[in-house]
Amino acid sequence: MRIVAKGLTYTYNPKSPFASQALKGVDLTIEEGEFFGIIGHTGSGKSTFVQHLNALIRVTGGSLQVGEYDLAAKKCRLTELRSKVGMVFQYPEYQLFAETVEKDVAFGLKNFRKDLDEADRSAAVRAALETVGLDYEEVCDKSPFELSGGQKRRVAIAGVIVTRPEVLILDEPAAGLDPLGKAELMQLLHSIHGDWCKTVIIVSHDMDEIAENCTRAAVFSEGKVVLEGTPAEIFRRAHELILLGLDIPVTAKCALMLKERGICLDTDFTCGDFADKVLALWRAKEGGNAQ
Amino acid sequence: MLNDVTFGQYYPTRSFVHNMDPRAKLILVIAYIVAIFLADNFFGLAAVILFLLVTVAFARVPLGRVLRSVKMILFLVIFTAVLNLLFYGGESAYEPLVQWWIITITYESIVNMLFLALRLTLLILGTSVLTLTTTPVALTDGLESLLKPLKYIKFPVHELALIMSIALRFIPTLMDETNRIVAAQKARGADFDTGGIVKRAKAMVPVLIPLLVSAFRRAEELGDAMDARCYSGAKGRTKYKKLRFTWRDLVGVLAVAALITGVVLLNVYLGGKFEILSWIIPQ
Amino acid sequence: MEAVRFENVKYSYDGGESYAVNGVSLSVREGEFLAVLGRNGSGKSTLAKLVNALLVPAEGRVFVEGMDTTDEKLTFEIRKRAGMVFQNPDNQTVASVVEDDVAFGPENIGVPRDEIGRRIDFALNAVGMQAFRDAAPSRLSGGQKQRIAIAGVLAVRPDIMILDESTAMLDPKGRREVMEVVKKLNKEQGMTVILITHFMDEALQAERAVVMHRGEVVMNGTPEEIFARSEELETFGLTLPRAALVCKRLRAGGMPVAEAFTAEELAEAICASLQRD
Repeated sequence: MRIVAKGLTYTYNPKSPFASQALKGVDLTIEEGEFFGIIGHTGSGKSTFVQHLNALIRVTGGSLQVGEYDLAAKKCRLTELRSKVGMVFQYPEYQLFAETVEKDVAFGLKNFRKDLDEADRSAAVRAALETVGLDYEEVCDKSPFELSGGQKRRVAIAGVIVTRPEVLILDEPAAGLDPLGKAELMQLLHSIHGDWCKTVIIVSHDMDEIAENCTRAAVFSEGKVVLEGTPAEIFRRAHELILLGLDIPVTAKCALMLKERGICLDTDFTCGDFADKVLALWRAKEGGNAQ
Repeated sequence: MLNDVTFGQYYPTRSFVHNMDPRAKLILVIAYIVAIFLADNFFGLAAVILFLLVTVAFARVPLGRVLRSVKMILFLVIFTAVLNLLFYGGESAYEPLVQWWIITITYESIVNMLFLALRLTLLILGTSVLTLTTTPVALTDGLESLLKPLKYIKFPVHELALIMSIALRFIPTLMDETNRIVAAQKARGADFDTGGIVKRAKAMVPVLIPLLVSAFRRAEELGDAMDARCYSGAKGRTKYKKLRFTWRDLVGVLAVAALITGVVLLNVYLGGKFEILSWIIPQ
Repeated sequence: MEAVRFENVKYSYDGGESYAVNGVSLSVREGEFLAVLGRNGSGKSTLAKLVNALLVPAEGRVFVEGMDTTDEKLTFEIRKRAGMVFQNPDNQTVASVVEDDVAFGPENIGVPRDEIGRRIDFALNAVGMQAFRDAAPSRLSGGQKQRIAIAGVLAVRPDIMILDESTAMLDPKGRREVMEVVKKLNKEQGMTVILITHFMDEALQAERAVVMHRGEVVMNGTPEEIFARSEELETFGLTLPRAALVCKRLRAGGMPVAEAFTAEELAEAICASLQRD
């Protein structure tokens, strides 16, 4: 599903002394098949924007088209839309509620797919739990509250992907995880993306994560999209990000410093590519010296 | 994105009334209520209305905001008024207007109904001026200070005040959390808006359980944090913020004293609430 | 002088079936900046709570400035000396106004009124939050909330500050803010800092780091020493800082670069290697 936002605006507490405009005209297109990154400060409007995508926040200004759904229209098949656009909130483990893992994961399925029978549902739950790397037999009858922090997060994600949404949005999915947990989670997202989930959108503060994983990204600031493009395009403009008070990947920081010393690298800012480009320079130099 | 301002009805601005000591305001509201109940006739209540209007002007709160508080319990006002109209059992100097089954409506019952409704309305308006101009935290501080003498009879004033202020402090946090959970469950297809009351109540389970779990988790962490900051009850504890009476509070006291005096005088010179009938209705 | 000493400490949440902290001996020097690394569930938070007697060891002893944490009579004194900042910025403020919250600690230990006022000034100043004295904590950013929490600890005037994953829930800006404050306190006021974290770049800013794994201290040394043993580090579920990762790849490709852990060091190393004739 292609996502097209045009002139999207949104104000919290309108017509009150506490009104605050969170979106000030967002124009953004996210193509089907992308692994898209959304970057920005807390309060830059990025969370407000993603909550528009499955109509948790209704469009009040501008237009938003998600696949065949016109979200600005009064009548919109919300349930159908939400089953196709999955949303994993920050710290999703805090939304677990059911007495068993099985029931919790099946919650979305019961709401969205009333046509399924017990066996189909159980199979879907099993598939979702296995996708997130949990052993179905081991956890299905456990209370979600008995699990470890990392397992809880996996169960929560399983509860969203169980309906196999075409678009999966994740708000800071790796927040609070240790480095290995983060790496495993990103791997999981890539495998879902490769398998059946057409579009993955992650909201992240971690620029290294964006540089390593995304096909394209957008930078939000003060309710607008200020930069958009591939990570390479965005981080090439590292100065602008720094001016916005945002972080840049370690590789971009290093590239900036090298540039100051007259060493230019044409890299996409992933660790691997950065190292390859430096090695290429070094080999060229060594070759020159050898002659 | 709910925030602390949506909780309670505090109207943030700077004004004479906002700057008064919360203890003074609490006591004055009680005195104001006494004035309402002392008033025996409509002139007394008119004096109360006048006082209220002046106070609202000094508080720099839009009158509409004050009136909105009545809207919330309008039903209660109407309900009591109608009951009083239908079942007022007092003596009547006139022919009853309606007499049917156990219901009797007289001129007096109409007057009585109006009087009661007005009293109730003024009561609510007065207290809402208090809550509009005083933050919940200041109110808690004021209450704690006023209740202090009770600690000599082993009443846990400090603990209660601390519980209240922590509760107030966590309301915005838990509201945010509720919103987040509601959004998350909606994203998983939960439906909170359709169906009968039973279905809707059931739909709240996936919100209430995580909220409860989270509240307990927070309470545990907060307990640790309080321990770590050397909390060990009221004993040996000092207090940083001291409430102070100022000239504003004195002005307030004088104004309310004047109101009460006025009401009493009006009672004496202008008689009871039914007197008004003798002026309107020819015998 | 030793600020904190662990002597073969064990702690169990389930009465001895498994140990969250399992035989830790560790000593922290006065004025030292120590980072404690480890995966989630490695026992590092338990270790933190053992310092200020929120937990007391099942076996072994913990001493804070020579005071034994198992002695209940000393608990209050120990907590005055060893302050603690927690993970969730929302769960450690008690008051709805910043200055009232900072006052909470001093009030608890019976500091006179005027002195509390001075301590609030001092503490808010130290974390750069003077301008927010009358603000509502719930309206501050995560980084600001954590700085208020630090101020609340500072107002008690401790010698030791424990940060239990206090940056885990913050955005990069908030993390930077908190780390700046912590480093400043350590440098300028000689505060002993125990920083529990799983951000490798934060550990780099410490003088010494220990790695916890299954309740035990498995590595102990300067951050550079620890990151130099990258294979070992990986077996404990930790990764190198990104710059060190790039450095490792360059070396694997045959390029002779100096060891680098930060972007600055990496740029320096690459430059040196490329511009050498």
